[in-house]
Parts: sequence; C-alpha cells; structure tokens
Amino acid sequence: MESLPIVRLQGVTKRFDDVCAVDSLDLDIYQGEFLTLLGPSGCGKTTVLRLIAGLETLSAGEISMNGSRLNGTPPNKRNVNTVFQSYALFPHMTVFENIAFGLRLKQSDKQAIRHQVSEALDLVKLSGLENRRPHQLSGGQQQRVAMARAIVNKPQVLLLDEPLSALDYRLRQEMEIELKRVHRQLGITFVFVTHDQEEAISMSDRIAVMNEGRVEQIGTPIKIYEEPENMFVARFVGEINVFDGHVVNVNNGSAVVDIHGQLFPVQNRKKAGTGDKVRVLLRPEDIQVTRDADKNGGPALSGKVDEVIYKGKTVDLVISLDAGETINVTQFFNEDQEDLVYGEGERVHVDWLYGWEVIL
Amino acid sequence: MVSKSGFRNVSIGSTLLWITVFVVVPYLFVLVFSFFQRDPEQIVAAVFTWQNYKDIFSPVFLVVCWNSLILALGTTVITLLVAYPFAFFLGRIPERIRRILLLLMIIPFWTSSLIRTYALIILFKANGIVNGLLLSLKLVDEPLAILYTQTSVFIGLVYTLLPFMILPIYSSIQKLDLRLIEAARDLGATSGHIFLRIVLPLTLPGIIAGSTMVFLPALGLFYIPDLLGGARSMLIGNFIKNQFLTTGNWPLGSAASVILTLIMCLFLYVYFLSSRKARTSGMGEMA
Ligand SMILES: Nc1ncnc2c1ncn2[C@@H]1O[C@H](COP(=O)(O)OP(=O)(O)O)[C@@H](O)[C@H]1O
Ligand SMILES: [Mg+2]
Repeated sequence: MESLPIVRLQGVTKRFDDVCAVDSLDLDIYQGEFLTLLGPSGCGKTTVLRLIAGLETLSAGEISMNGSRLNGTPPNKRNVNTVFQSYALFPHMTVFENIAFGLRLKQSDKQAIRHQVSEALDLVKLSGLENRRPHQLSGGQQQRVAMARAIVNKPQVLLLDEPLSALDYRLRQEMEIELKRVHRQLGITFVFVTHDQEEAISMSDRIAVMNEGRVEQIGTPIKIYEEPENMFVARFVGEINVFDGHVVNVNNGSAVVDIHGQLFPVQNRKKAGTGDKVRVLLRPEDIQVTRDADKNGGPALSGKVDEVIYKGKTVDLVISLDAGETINVTQFFNEDQEDLVYGEGERVHVDWLYGWEVIL
Repeated sequence: MVSKSGFRNVSIGSTLLWITVFVVVPYLFVLVFSFFQRDPEQIVAAVFTWQNYKDIFSPVFLVVCWNSLILALGTTVITLLVAYPFAFFLGRIPERIRRILLLLMIIPFWTSSLIRTYALIILFKANGIVNGLLLSLKLVDEPLAILYTQTSVFIGLVYTLLPFMILPIYSSIQKLDLRLIEAARDLGATSGHIFLRIVLPLTLPGIIAGSTMVFLPALGLFYIPDLLGGARSMLIGNFIKNQFLTTGNWPLGSAASVILTLIMCLFLYVYFLSSRKARTSGMGEMA
C-alpha cells in the first residue's frame, strides 16, 4: 500500500442546490484493496461512488486515476464499473445479453464474448441461467448478474453501492463470502458502500467511516473498531460505553483518570494533560464484571444488574451504575463457569484491563 | 365496496349499452347490407348475393386500397418521427411546464376535428395566413400551392392524429427507468448506443400502441383527404362515403366497409402479437 494510489480524491465536493452531499473529501484508493465507505444513510456514500464513476459532476476538487485527472471524462471512458444498488439490469435483455452489453460495445468477436461471459457467469456461479430474463431471477441471482455484468469488463476499480442491502440475512452472509472470493480471484480494487458496520468490518481491508459528506476516520477494521478517533466513529461502529472523567496524573504513555471517584490507569494515546476532561470509551465485551470488588484489587465501579439477555454465544448485561450511567456488557458464555451467570437485581462491580480502553 | 362495485357495474353496463346501440347494431346492418342487392327504389333489396364482393375486388378498388395503405403508413411514419422527440422532451421537463404543454396539446380536441380541418384550409389557401406570412417575409415570391396537394393531406392527417402517437409514447418514456441509462453509460455506451439498445426497445410498446392508434384512423378518415386534397386520389374512406352518399350504392359501400374492417382487424392482430412480444421481452417487472 506504499505504492501510488490508483484513485485519488482531493478536496472533492458535490453540492445539490442547497445540500452539500460531499464536503471537500480526500481519499486515496490503492491497487487491489477492498475499501469500504461506511456511514449512515444520506452521508454521501452513493454520491462519492457516482463521482468516481463520472455519473455526477464535481462542484469542486479533483479526482485522478493512475495519476491523471478524470474531471470531465464521461463515464463510458472511465476504466471503472458499478454494481448499482438497484442492480439496474436491462429488463429487455437476457442474462447473457446483460453481461455481454459492455463487451459488445468494445469488440465484435462473438466467440471471445461468449467465452468471457461464460467465465464471468462461472465466477458468480450462475452458469446455466444465460437465457433467463432479469424478472425470472431471484434477488440474489439478480445481484450476481449485476456483479458479472460489471466485472466482465475487467475494470481497474469496481464500485459497489450497497449490493447486499436488498437481500435477506442468510443470503447476505453467503454473498459476503462470495464477494470476498471474487475480490481475491480478480485482484481488482473494490470500493464497497454500506451502512452496515458488521458487513464493513468482516469484508474490508480498509474502512472509511463517513458522516455528513466527510471522512471521519479511515483505517483497517481493527483500528476503526478498537481505536476510534472520535465519538462519531466510536458510536457508529458497534456499541460503546462512555465514561466522563478527568486526568489526575500523567506519566509517560499512561495517565490516571478519575471516574466517579475511582482512579483508573489508562493508556494516554490522546496525550491529555493533568486536569483535562476526557471520555473513556469501552466496548461492551471489554468490560469485566465481578461480584466482589476486591477480587482484582484495582479500581471498580459498582452497580446493579438490570437485565440479563441470553444470546447463545454471549450473555449481554445491562448494568445501572450507582453513579447514574447505564452500561452494556457482553460476556462470553461459558457453561463451566457458573459464577459468570448473574441474576437480575444482583449487585456487581465493573472494571477493565489496562489498555483496553480508548480515551477521547 | 358495494357502492364501488355498483358504480363499476353501472359504468361498464352503460358503456356496453352505448357500444351496442351505436356500434354493434349499425355494424350488423352494414354486414347484412353487404350481402344484399342494390335496389334503386328502396336503397337495398333483401336478396342474398355475393355480387358486391365480386364487384369490390376490381382493379379500381385495389388501387384505392393501396393508396389508402400508403397514405396511412406515411402518416404513421411522419407522426412517429414528430411525436417521439416531442414525447421524449415532454418526459424530461419539469412537472409544471409539462402539465401546461399536455393541456395545450389536448385543448384542440375539445373542438371537432372537422372544424379544425376547415381551419387548416384557411391557413393553407393561396391567399391564406401561411402564404401571407411567407410573402410578407419575402421568403417566397408567389403563393405556394399547399392546399389540394399530397402535402396538405399529410399535414392535416399528422396534425389531427399526432396526440394519439404522443400520449402512448410519452407514457412509455415516463416508465423508462433512468438508472438503466446510467448503467449503460457506466458500461461504456455512447448516447447513440443507449438510444438504440436501451431507450428504443424499452419504449417500443408505446411506439406500437401509438402507431396503431394513428394508422387505423388514418385508413378510414375520409374528410381530411377530401377537404385538403381535393378530388385527387380516391381512398377507402372516400370510396365508402361516395357509395353511400353520392352513388347511392349502399350494398357496395357496405362491402367496402367490411373489407376495411377486416384490414383493420388484421393490423390489430399484428399489434396484439407485437405488443405481447414487446411486453414479455421487455416490460417484465423487476423484482
Ligand atoms: N440528485 C440529487 N439531488 C439532490 N440531492 C441529492 C441528490 N443525490 C443525493 N442528494 C442528497 O445528497 C445527500 C447524500 O446522498 P447519498 O450520496 O445518496 O447518500 P448515501 O448514499 O450515503 O445514503 C443526501 O442528503 C441526499 O438527499
Ligand atoms: Mg446510497
């Protein structure tokens, strides 16, 4: 990834009348990566894809591909293809004709086209359905045709706009794996759009979390999940518990934060100074629950179990702290450790291991 | 629900009654008359004969048929060429302006088309408005002979039938999913490709419907060629009219009407087949 980006967005801005859909956005996309644009509905993800595809014109900024400016290049001259959210399959054409559409525009060798189409059909596991029409296919099959129709053109970059959002849960999980396989086999760059953080985390090499037309944070799924750089990313990517506190002591890379009178040592990545107000963030699965405050010997917050939600692999606890906050805790369920099973109303103490927190 | 289905029954029933009284019954008369003998005294004599059909398949009538088909076909093609771009434009402009344009297109239909044809005569006459304008702008030195030419017949037919072409095409263009056009562009298609491979096939049902709605009336409309074309070439419509009103040969006119109806049915059948094909191949709804 140290190489030059294949696509580079610099100060990219798109305004629709009064709405600023994309707001001076910078983004580098590298050869062969699976990059996901993740963000809530309306944050400008689709618009970014359409700008890269050339289906929208820039209000300001610049998009370059392989080092040359793309501004003004029409979509049919860009080495980029899109899998549309609605699939946009041509209803009057068969599966074969849909997939061959792009090839027929560029070459006339019928034999070669036939060969490439059947390769693409193999790749998406749709062989045998060449002569069906889109309306004779299930949602999942239509999705695969849309994929095949795009990848058969061997674009340098494949843009996918929420391709799985119309599918039901089981099919979506299946398609996530398929999509990763196709990505591996083709080795081309995927820019994938979704509002589903689990989908983003399980599929991507890198995630760009977007909000209101801007990129809030970009990084590997682990970085995004474990070390969110701001509250938006922390809250959007999974559940999070937030404790307000202030720094009472700073020492090399760590600090001591006072939360409701308890002094917690934390990693000081933010380089906070003594007296600063900070927020300590913890994922539900990073919090430890004990019945006995002194068991770990360190600082702990006391509270009462409000709810116990059994989820099979995990048990989720909702705990209301004596200091007032309500927090969510996920415990990995283990039948051998019966002392992990808490009852509603039971009094408990919570703490966490040094370094598992993020401070903002 | 009760009142709704009641309303439905009444409206369908009254429409059926209307069609029975004013279409089916007169048509049965025509059918019966076409097998009767001509009688100078009583118009027809109730004696069965095939003679009318033997008379009708004369070279004269075949020429009349041929002329009519060519005229109707020409009218359909010209109307299509004028209507398609207009319908396309109509489908792309803001809602507010579109409504005004649709209204402007429909308002003339509140006036009888016969009267509007007379209005065309006033426009096209040697000393009419069009020539007056061309002369005063010095675009021509002497009045153009428009009236009583094939040109004025085409103009009259196209003018009268244009909305029947525009509306079905407009409705199929409105149904056209613009995302398909974007998808085609994304796959590398130029505007020309997009028109030929996406837009045209997907609006074909509208084209077929519009062409039928123009072609069939153009076959039978007799007063427009009569008024604007003078007595230049006989068409089926004029032929039928003449048999009834001028020559007084009702049985022959009836036989010609039956033939015209059969020709129309043939074209309706072709329309039915082609629109069904266009629908199954094109308009199947997306899941
Ligand atoms: N063609 C358009 N005209 C006007 N506003 C638009 C248009 N396309 C998108 N927008 C607006 O831009 C913002 C971003 O839209 P979009 O990129 O579709 O978001 P996302 O794909 O993340 O849901 C939204 O507020 C949306 O209403
Ligand atoms: Mg979107």
